[in-house]
Amino acid sequence: MSERYVMAIDQGTTSSRAILFDHNGRLVALAQREHRQFFPRPGWVEHDAAEIWHNVCRAITQAMAQAGISPGQVASLGIANQRETTVLWDRATGQPVGHAVVWQDTRTDELVRELGGSVGPDRFREACGLPLATYFAGPRIRWLLDGTPGLRERAERGEVLFGTMETWLIWNLTGGVPEGLHVTDVTNASRTMLMNIATLAWDPALCSAIGVPTSMLPEIRPSSRVFGHARVMLPGVAIGAALGDQQAALFGQTCFDPGEAKCTYGTGSFLVLNTGAELARSTHGLLSTVGYQIEDEPVVYALEGSIAVTGSLVQWFRDGLGLIQTAPEIETLARTVEDNGGCYIVPAFSGLFAPHWHSEARGIIVGLTSFITKGHLARAVLEATAWQTREVVDAMNADSGVALATLKVDGGMTADHLLMQLVADVLDVPVVRPMMAETVSLGAAYAAGLAVGFWSDLDELRRKWHRASQWLPTMNPGRRATEYDNWQRAVERTFGWIRSPAPGSEHLR
Amino acid sequence: MPGPVQSIERAAAILRVLASGRLGLVEVANSLGLAKATTHGILRTLQGVGFVEQDRATGKYQLGAALLHLGSSYLDANELRSRAINWADSLAARSGEAVHIGRILGTEVLIVHHVFRPDDTLQALEIGALLPAHASALGKVLLAFDAGAAEATLAAPLISFTRRTIVSARAMTRELTQVRERGWASETGEMVVDQASVAAPIRGHGGLVVGAIGVTGPAERIGDDLHGSSRAALVALVRDVARAVSRDLGGSRG
Ligand SMILES: Nc1ncnc2c1ncn2[C@@H]1O[C@H](COP(=O)(O)OP(=O)(O)OP(=O)(O)O)[C@@H](O)[C@H]1O
Ligand SMILES: [Mg+2]
Repeated sequence: MSERYVMAIDQGTTSSRAILFDHNGRLVALAQREHRQFFPRPGWVEHDAAEIWHNVCRAITQAMAQAGISPGQVASLGIANQRETTVLWDRATGQPVGHAVVWQDTRTDELVRELGGSVGPDRFREACGLPLATYFAGPRIRWLLDGTPGLRERAERGEVLFGTMETWLIWNLTGGVPEGLHVTDVTNASRTMLMNIATLAWDPALCSAIGVPTSMLPEIRPSSRVFGHARVMLPGVAIGAALGDQQAALFGQTCFDPGEAKCTYGTGSFLVLNTGAELARSTHGLLSTVGYQIEDEPVVYALEGSIAVTGSLVQWFRDGLGLIQTAPEIETLARTVEDNGGCYIVPAFSGLFAPHWHSEARGIIVGLTSFITKGHLARAVLEATAWQTREVVDAMNADSGVALATLKVDGGMTADHLLMQLVADVLDVPVVRPMMAETVSLGAAYAAGLAVGFWSDLDELRRKWHRASQWLPTMNPGRRATEYDNWQRAVERTFGWIRSPAPGSEHLR
Repeated sequence: MPGPVQSIERAAAILRVLASGRLGLVEVANSLGLAKATTHGILRTLQGVGFVEQDRATGKYQLGAALLHLGSSYLDANELRSRAINWADSLAARSGEAVHIGRILGTEVLIVHHVFRPDDTLQALEIGALLPAHASALGKVLLAFDAGAAEATLAAPLISFTRRTIVSARAMTRELTQVRERGWASETGEMVVDQASVAAPIRGHGGLVVGAIGVTGPAERIGDDLHGSSRAALVALVRDVARAVSRDLGGSRG
């Protein structure tokens, strides 16, 4: 009897990973490939969807070779993906139409302002749970259709398809041209502004108001249920789950009960709170979103505090400024000083997301004096992540009326020991990391395994959660209060920087 | 004694040529009278280990940052933690024991990463703590592959923590030879009574040992007295994970 495994694909913003897990939920093989980031204009971020598909294939092959197993030993495949990143492709050739437009891209800046009209950013909040912002996929589709002559007509005829990354991957895995499956899951659909958050179906009123033909949209399915079977790469293997990466992390952290929350620290960072079968609406700048749906059970809703720039600030420090060689060196550099020396960095590179939602904000460094060294800047980079976490946790506490008692964390930045201590310090609660930092992949695997009976139920999964580390707060309350005040004053200084119209949106007029 | 290795001589010559400034492939090849393909192969290899860098815009080569840092340890401790975190978790999950990653600091072991024993009991994070090198499995691995550190450690009297601590320099030298030969180290009750640990080396580019990873726990679950087969399984697990981390760091030899 050969052992069986579940494979997870984590198609992220910077890289794609393929990970194999055994029945105990333990990692047995991991392969990862980075893809290129295109920055054609200020505020624009693009990916090549064909490159991503190619990388996913190579990661799958590599992980299978590492573990030395055959497709027959893969019980199920789960996909987690960077959310909101928008791919259009030609149904007949399988070729992407231009580059994919990434979730951090701000080109729809002017468009979302126009769409808000006299009502403003909350025009569609009741229907889709989201404020109008450059973050979401729907306006991006509209922008792409507007920008290329004839594209809208082709989309209306069903010749051009839309998908976020999981849709694109499933279409390719199930054979692509001519009849790959064109499907999405309910968590990814909840990030388009096109799905009605109460009915969980494409909302014709939203689609027509935003200007997206429904003929190009994938079918919405539960997150955990067999979507179909792969025909290439892993022929015959069930595709058992797909969900947005942040929702996958919620699942991987086994936050199955209302009131349970996690924060994932990667390119951006995302605090997600399970609110159960009830759709909770935020009055403090959080998003209403879908957490997951298992088979035909009622969906589990969630509140989300999205922070656009955390790990990517470290990457900018490395690649843009060249002050470090690798991301983890930020910690080494930050430890060369005692504190931030009075310097604060607010990384509003894509405007500010939760809880502020200021698209027109741009980043600043304040408090510069000749005393400041690159060590202080490194420290300010890490502190920016900690304080942004504090802001979304405060919003969540205010919305739920219950104060968070501990924060469950995961993601690549949790390897940063100094950062995790800072997060505990500014939140004044313990921070815990589970045994598996690749919680996004673990969640996709769990949901996929559940769909084929590889695991029996949520309790079985919950029992696999174990604490790997814990950081306890040590900052004195006076210092915490002063620093938070400084941070908030710095944030206010980013507001209102971009005056409309935004650069790069000329073609809209 | 074999003669000088030609490709190493050529690599050294290339580094000398590049010390004069940025040069293109053809310029490097011409100034040494080497074939372009040969020169390219050597440059790529030197680039792989960080001794040479290529300017993205112009394609020209220059000396790499790694050369400047040759004297200091070349893999940042925080990077080691980042790169090893998944496999360290996997080791803790599979062994059921606490996992530590360490590197040498003088004659002690600096803990750069710690994963709790997966039983959800209260445990304190030990990152930043120092362990005596001669009384820990991590330390024995690090000393076995670092002649300088071993010499410094053996130059001073070895402190005794328990009855089982190895305090004789000669016995320690024998122990380190054995660690080098079999590729892993262990310690049973040598630092703390009834506690034990097993560790293996993490290797970077070219096989250089950049750290050690190991499990620590009660002697009855981990120590020398454990039954042959379960002990062998534990050692194999530790070595497998050390190899997986090494592979990711580009030092594929176990
Ligand atoms: N030790 C560290 N300290 C600070 N930041 C780090 C550290 N290690 C990694 N990072 C940052 O974390 C991010 C990588 O984490 P992770 O791989 O979880 O990201 P991700 O968001 O999942 O990637 P993707 O966007 O591809 O999904 C990078 O932005 C990197 O700069
Ligand atoms: Mg990710």
